[in-house]
Amino acid sequence: MLKISNVNKVFNAGTVNEKIALRNVNLHVKPGEFITVIGSNGAGKSTMMNMISGGLFPDSGTITIDGKDVTRLGEHQRAELIGRVFQDPMAGTAPNMTIEENLAIALGRGRRRTLGFGVNNHKRELFREQLKQLDQGLENRLKTKVGFLSGGQRQALSLLMATFTEPKILLLDEHTAALDPKRAQLIVELTDKIVARHKLTTIMVTHNMEQALNMGNRLLMLHDGGIILDIPEEKKRTMKPQDLLRAFEAARGGESFSEDRFLLT
Amino acid sequence: MNLAIMGAIEQGLLFGILALGVFLTFRILNVPDLTVDGSFALGGAIAAKFIIDGTNPYLATLLAFVVGGLAGAFTGVLHTKGKVNALLAGILTMIALYSINLRIMGKANLPLLREDTLFTYVKDLSIPNLTVGGVILLTGVSVVFIVGILLLKLAIDWFLHTDLGLDLRATGDNPKMIRSFGVNTDTTTIIGLALSNGLVAVSGAWVAQYQGFADVGMGIGMIVIGLASVIVGEVLFGSSSIFRVTLAVILGSIVYRLVIALALQAGLNPSDMKLITALIVIVALTVPTVAKGIWNKQAVRSVRGGNGHA
Repeated sequence: MLKISNVNKVFNAGTVNEKIALRNVNLHVKPGEFITVIGSNGAGKSTMMNMISGGLFPDSGTITIDGKDVTRLGEHQRAELIGRVFQDPMAGTAPNMTIEENLAIALGRGRRRTLGFGVNNHKRELFREQLKQLDQGLENRLKTKVGFLSGGQRQALSLLMATFTEPKILLLDEHTAALDPKRAQLIVELTDKIVARHKLTTIMVTHNMEQALNMGNRLLMLHDGGIILDIPEEKKRTMKPQDLLRAFEAARGGESFSEDRFLLT
Repeated sequence: MNLAIMGAIEQGLLFGILALGVFLTFRILNVPDLTVDGSFALGGAIAAKFIIDGTNPYLATLLAFVVGGLAGAFTGVLHTKGKVNALLAGILTMIALYSINLRIMGKANLPLLREDTLFTYVKDLSIPNLTVGGVILLTGVSVVFIVGILLLKLAIDWFLHTDLGLDLRATGDNPKMIRSFGVNTDTTTIIGLALSNGLVAVSGAWVAQYQGFADVGMGIGMIVIGLASVIVGEVLFGSSSIFRVTLAVILGSIVYRLVIALALQAGLNPSDMKLITALIVIVALTVPTVAKGIWNKQAVRSVRGGNGHA
């Protein structure tokens, strides 16, 4: 479904601030795989996500999605293939527009824009049905401006908007990190439910090891611009956060894992 | 009501088109566009030039819309593709248009005496004044203008609810989000700027025909007048929905003209009007903030008082 081949990216090449963000990364994602990605700050997680979404272009290497070479396609040109939820609950929705208008934009992903009404009764019916899945009562608030919703509700809506058109790839960029534990748990459950329903090929970045182990069916650990651990489902199921740390140390030849932001529980 | 007030309402309606244009960039796209001063005079210049050359006034006004739209698109390309700061891109187009407008007109002022214009057409309809008990409430001309601008308002309301219109609004509201859904925000920005300046040019074309001449300096300060109308309208009449805010912007334009008319009647000089305009905008921008601050302080005080007693 997604193939990243020999991708390299260097920021500020040739200056004192030179930073190698990705070194020769290769990744082959099969359809329906749900990959969780962990790694310390600066490991290259965000760079990799931005490469896939088209926010950044690689210096060398290729990226193909569903057999299509998208390496040089801009963000909006490959958006029809990719659904994305950001860390910031404010980032995925337009606050001054209503819930139904936001959903109408999501429904139009990758399609030609026309001068037909963005929202009509037919679409409204579809939106209500989809919103019911969220269990937030949003199906009765179609005409509410999104800015009035709570962070958790906005993130749930973002998740729905990113997924209900069944993109080829779903990118989740620490999408629970900015929420309180209770709401984060709600979004986690929703994510599992929605991904399973549409059998979405998903890549999720997280700082929560427990989450990385409990969710998905493959785990990647990034470090210093490369993939240092690639753990398949069977092995992942038996692991605990401590096992992950030990695996990291083994992979790095004794270097201990130091990252304040990591949540072990 | 007296003649000055009647004139203020008529003007307010014509400048309401300008206000709707400014609203599209300033509020919908969230781009401060200074092209307006140039494209307003451009609209007047195009309409006057073509009407004098014998073009049908309807066609001449339509041409003003198209050419004004091109000017807006130019600012848009400069801003999105050339990565020029939006304010600067607008200023550059505006200053270039000053020379272009002089070229179009051939001289600084083009009178439209004895020419058939949209305004003479409206007057020839001889719609009777709307009177109640012998007092004129609205002139026949304003009635026609009201119908016209309401139709325009409804067209804009409709456009902002189409798929393309939703994209435009989201471009101003959350560009990162709308890009992730496959919309090229460069394109939507250019479309929005073109549409806005097209409307501004139509406003200029109408004003030229209404006042009976086009002048190269007629656009000076139009951006501030447009902003004043938008801000005053929103403060006085609300902005909870698109339908409401477009109406508010038109009403804001009328209120602005009424304030100007009153200031003139109070004995101020026409040359003082730019100062009055600036004051109106300052008051409209600051009073709601200050009022909110006072209100919040009172709320805090009352809560504290309540705790003290308990």
